[in-house]
Amino acid sequence: MTALAPFSILGRPVLGGLALLGRIAIFAAETISHLARPPFYPKEFLAALMQIGWFSLPVVALTSLFTGGALALQIYAGGARFSAEAVVPSIVAIGMVRELGPVLGGLMVAARVASSIAAEIGTMKVTEQIDALVTLSTNPMKYLTVPRVLAATIAVPALVAVGDSIGIFGGYLVGVNRLGFNPATYLKNTRDFLEVWDIASGLWKGAAFGFIVALMGCYYGMNSGRGAQGVGRATKAAVVAASVLILATNYILTEVFFSA
Amino acid sequence: MIQLTDIEKAFGANRVLRGVNLTVPSGESMVIIGGSGTGKSVLLKCILGLVKPDSGKITVNGEVADTSARDAFLARFGMLFQGGALFDSLPVWQNVAFRLLRGSLKRPRAEARDIAIEKLRRVGLRPETADLFPAELSGGMQKRVGLARAIAAEPEIIFFDEPTTGLDPIMAGVINELIREIVTEMGATAMTITHDMTSVRAIADRVAMLHDGAIKWTGRIAEMEETSDPYVQQFIHGRAEGPIMAIR
Repeated sequence: MTALAPFSILGRPVLGGLALLGRIAIFAAETISHLARPPFYPKEFLAALMQIGWFSLPVVALTSLFTGGALALQIYAGGARFSAEAVVPSIVAIGMVRELGPVLGGLMVAARVASSIAAEIGTMKVTEQIDALVTLSTNPMKYLTVPRVLAATIAVPALVAVGDSIGIFGGYLVGVNRLGFNPATYLKNTRDFLEVWDIASGLWKGAAFGFIVALMGCYYGMNSGRGAQGVGRATKAAVVAASVLILATNYILTEVFFSA
Repeated sequence: MIQLTDIEKAFGANRVLRGVNLTVPSGESMVIIGGSGTGKSVLLKCILGLVKPDSGKITVNGEVADTSARDAFLARFGMLFQGGALFDSLPVWQNVAFRLLRGSLKRPRAEARDIAIEKLRRVGLRPETADLFPAELSGGMQKRVGLARAIAAEPEIIFFDEPTTGLDPIMAGVINELIREIVTEMGATAMTITHDMTSVRAIADRVAMLHDGAIKWTGRIAEMEETSDPYVQQFIHGRAEGPIMAIR
């Protein structure tokens, strides 16, 4: 019994984690099953699209601009060790559209949107607004979860596309003004080495990350504990879970998309 | 008529309802009294399907509650929640007309707004209130808006969960009077849970006492004062001594 004690310490959180994954998977399946079945709530969808897409634009744009600039400096400094400074435009472009655009965009949206969705739905739960929805013959899953998840799945790839462009522009600004690249050559190198699949894979990642962000916000909001502390915990858990899942999904999708 | 037969519900080891049997006749106002944490709200939520009972049967006008089409079943109910439960993101009139703007009872927007304003007027609120948001209202006004929402679709059955909690005595009196008037003029069946005895005397046709997860006494309001039931006597007179433990 005593000899097995260390395993029980390890086993309990593992089983708890698996049970949580199972509950999230059921919640995701339920959400997807409601996507195609009426009633639909277009106003709630459009409001969520504005909230998630439009209002996240400044934070994604700023993050991408600085990341693109920093990436150009790093690649230049690294490339100088083996006289490969010329790769800066192509590596900045590929790095932004394949990895940094979707991942940083997803993480920024997770910080901004997963927390806000979890706090909003969690507060609705503790103030009985979710129960009120049910008594008013409205399915909370359809009214609250589906519009947000659908909006995030559409909005995040659009944000990633904008972020990619701004990130590449950030690299261009640093490359031309700080590192002395010729503007025309920089743009030509960016265009020549970038393939359609580089961009498309990043957008698919963005869609997956958008789905994860809204799903985590809704899941933890719907399962929020009582009171301010319960809502606070739900908000924190939503951001942490969304961020970890984004990074894990990014690795899996990269394996799927780019493994030889 | 609402009929509850042997309803049981436990949350883990905590057996909240331990075989509740209760009949609420059509068109009457039943008030369920009982101390805090005795399962009054859980009982109400069981009838609405917000909480699934572990065992027992609930019928509404002879139909088993959990087998009816959910939308049609819930369309017969209105509910005033303890804290109002108004939707923060919607203006007052859209809260009141929520059911009239979507689902099986959907009406044109202008008509739904007119009905909402009429219902607001019925609960003593001015039409200007319609375009405010719930956060801009006082507690008493939020209760009235909640009441207007509960009656907007003219339901057959209305539930009131602690309708006077958190209100000053005058506003509580206003809400009690409104509930009584509305239930009488609509001919609705009403079920109220409260521990406010002023409210009980103003609203009830019948009273049921819930204690230890079961109905200890039920009777007409006039019989409540005269009953020798020790639970009812202790509760309605607010005595510390008696069969109901002060520390729960």
